[in-house]
Amino acid sequence: MRVMRFLLQKEFRQIFRDPSILRLIFIMPVIQLVFLPFAADYEIRNIKLALVDHDHSDYSRSLINKVTASGYFILTDYAVSYPLALAAIETDKADIILEIPASFERDLVKENEAELSMSVNAINGVKAGVGSAYLQRIIQDFNREIRTEWIQFPRFDPETNIGVTYSNWFNSSMNYKVFMVPGILVLLLTMIGANLTAINIVREKEIGTIEQINVTPVSKFHFILGKLIPFWILGLLVFTLGLGIARLFYGIIPTGSIATLYVFAAIYLLAVLGLGLLISTYAENQQQAMLISFFLMMIFILMGGLYTSIDSMPDWARAITRANPVSYFIEVIRMVVLKGSGLADIKSQLLTITGFALLLNGWAVLNYHKRS
Amino acid sequence: MKQFISFIKKEFHHIFRDKRTMFILLFMPVVQIFIFGFALTNEVKNSKMAVWDQSKDAASTSLISKLEASRYFEVEQMITGPGEVEKIFQKGKVKLAVVIPPHFKEDLLRFNKAQVQLIADASDPNVANTLTTYTSAIIQDFQSGITQEKKLPYTIETRVRMLYNPELKGAYNFVPGVMAMVLLLVCTMMTAITIVRERETGTMEIMLVSPAKPFKIIIAKAVPYFLLSAVNIAIILLLSVFVLEVPVKGSLALLVGESLLFTLVSLALGLLISTKVATQQTALFISLVGLLLPTVMLSGFMFPIENMPLPLRTVSHLVPARWFYNIVRSVMIKGTGIEAVWKDTLILAGMLFVFAGLAIKNFKIRMA
Repeated sequence: MRVMRFLLQKEFRQIFRDPSILRLIFIMPVIQLVFLPFAADYEIRNIKLALVDHDHSDYSRSLINKVTASGYFILTDYAVSYPLALAAIETDKADIILEIPASFERDLVKENEAELSMSVNAINGVKAGVGSAYLQRIIQDFNREIRTEWIQFPRFDPETNIGVTYSNWFNSSMNYKVFMVPGILVLLLTMIGANLTAINIVREKEIGTIEQINVTPVSKFHFILGKLIPFWILGLLVFTLGLGIARLFYGIIPTGSIATLYVFAAIYLLAVLGLGLLISTYAENQQQAMLISFFLMMIFILMGGLYTSIDSMPDWARAITRANPVSYFIEVIRMVVLKGSGLADIKSQLLTITGFALLLNGWAVLNYHKRS
Repeated sequence: MKQFISFIKKEFHHIFRDKRTMFILLFMPVVQIFIFGFALTNEVKNSKMAVWDQSKDAASTSLISKLEASRYFEVEQMITGPGEVEKIFQKGKVKLAVVIPPHFKEDLLRFNKAQVQLIADASDPNVANTLTTYTSAIIQDFQSGITQEKKLPYTIETRVRMLYNPELKGAYNFVPGVMAMVLLLVCTMMTAITIVRERETGTMEIMLVSPAKPFKIIIAKAVPYFLLSAVNIAIILLLSVFVLEVPVKGSLALLVGESLLFTLVSLALGLLISTKVATQQTALFISLVGLLLPTVMLSGFMFPIENMPLPLRTVSHLVPARWFYNIVRSVMIKGTGIEAVWKDTLILAGMLFVFAGLAIKNFKIRMA
């Protein structure tokens, strides 16, 4: 116990002696958590529309009015020909071209059908899909209006109609920030935790102070524990800070219990710090440690389910995410914050992450050799 | 000149001596391309849904089997009451519940009208949106199967053409993004620690007492990483063309030229960080935690920039990856020439001068 106390004293002193790192640990997540969620908005608005109207009829004008009034589209270009509109797409001044042929109104009235053509910049497939679906929905609405103008529908509707009603639970205003902020907090916590510990032991190796530890009777277990505890406390502080920001800036108050969150965060941090320590015992210098941790971080973050849903991944990729601690915490924090899930609902995730913590830290202890 | 070359040689020795680092530097783009190419998709597939079928007649059964047949859904379980919905949502697996009211078939036959309710777990708004859209489309389809080919009068047909990417492949969007991410992070991180590392280990003093000009010392640091990045660019391009089947539509020379320019910008940024900080730890922290998320989120390839609020849009102008992403997208996917990207190119060149200038100015020739 006495050994532990001295080790902790040493580690804390080392951390506090470098104020620049300490500042970074706290300021960086605050800044990122305040700003980045504003960027994370998948909702597609402000689609830039280029129009080519060869018809100039009442119908074409009222269609255009209907499109611009919808709020999804901004009319950025009113071109006289298709090639000119295409040039607007090439320079990113437009996302979608809507071309109305010269005989639009006449065809519709006389021939009973008319054709519109739509060209979509599809480099970003999702945006293209959503944008063209919006536009088609508006055109269909327009179509229906015209139809009712011309035919008096009989009282008994000849079209079969299945009405669909929606309700969105847990986040009825479809607010992305409520969804993203907890996830980003997890990422920041992970990066800080893993990076700090990953370069910690290797740093002592590089500057040679590890020798001094190795000649003392301090056991491997105590040594690793001494590294773990200070960063664990720092990590929990960062987590608290993050929850505070979520509440202050975004008004996010967890639906579930905060205690549940802390229980999970505490064990999760042990796992992440253990990962960092493990990297640190393997690496020969700080550069290497950092690269390895960056490499793993990148995979963890991209496959953690923050940006794209894990359910949609192919089977082999889903198998990999099972070995990714980040994906468990992101899942859990969203469940607790948004849906109010309790300890019973997250039991399997909790057990898995405990397993990770034991495995990674145990491995780090085994792999740390007091002999060089 | 001879002196300069021997400095470069020394830097190469530093890199090649460290096999693990080398391996990761060259292996990283490969892994990224594979993850993005095959694992990540914004499409929503195999989502689990729950069904509360209150009528259990021919029509509802055939609607359910139609939903099940689509590749978007797996019907995970049937439920029997309203209270169960919340419980299964809290377990977290099921994302959508479909409620079919009693007398579904009768309503359809007698009144030509029926109701279906969709309840989505909107904690992920994106998934919720997509799922309800897909489901309504399937229900629409089911409905028009009943109506059968009755042609309605006054119909507007819309022909849709998807330009550049007719199959809506995700790769077209992220290959430019991955290029920006890998180049920026690798170059910046690696150079960010080089100078400060020599300071920490004390070898900087030896360099400073040599007759080499500080300017040359800095340039020599960047050269090996520049060459390594060229290899990375080649790997990424080869993989995207041959594995992901994303063709290079515009001029390859222009694309490579722009990539090298961007590499220089990243190297200069790394050197600038390196001259500013006191320890490797701080340098790593800034380049990793400080650059990774902003680059992913503000370069425009994950989230559309035009949706962001004004302050963030302004900040995104400072992110070099944003301009490079734009250039690659134009040249590689759209096939435009320099006339479409000269502005972005100039901005990158400007950043290069500012970063490099500041780095050289900040480089202290005396030990503290």
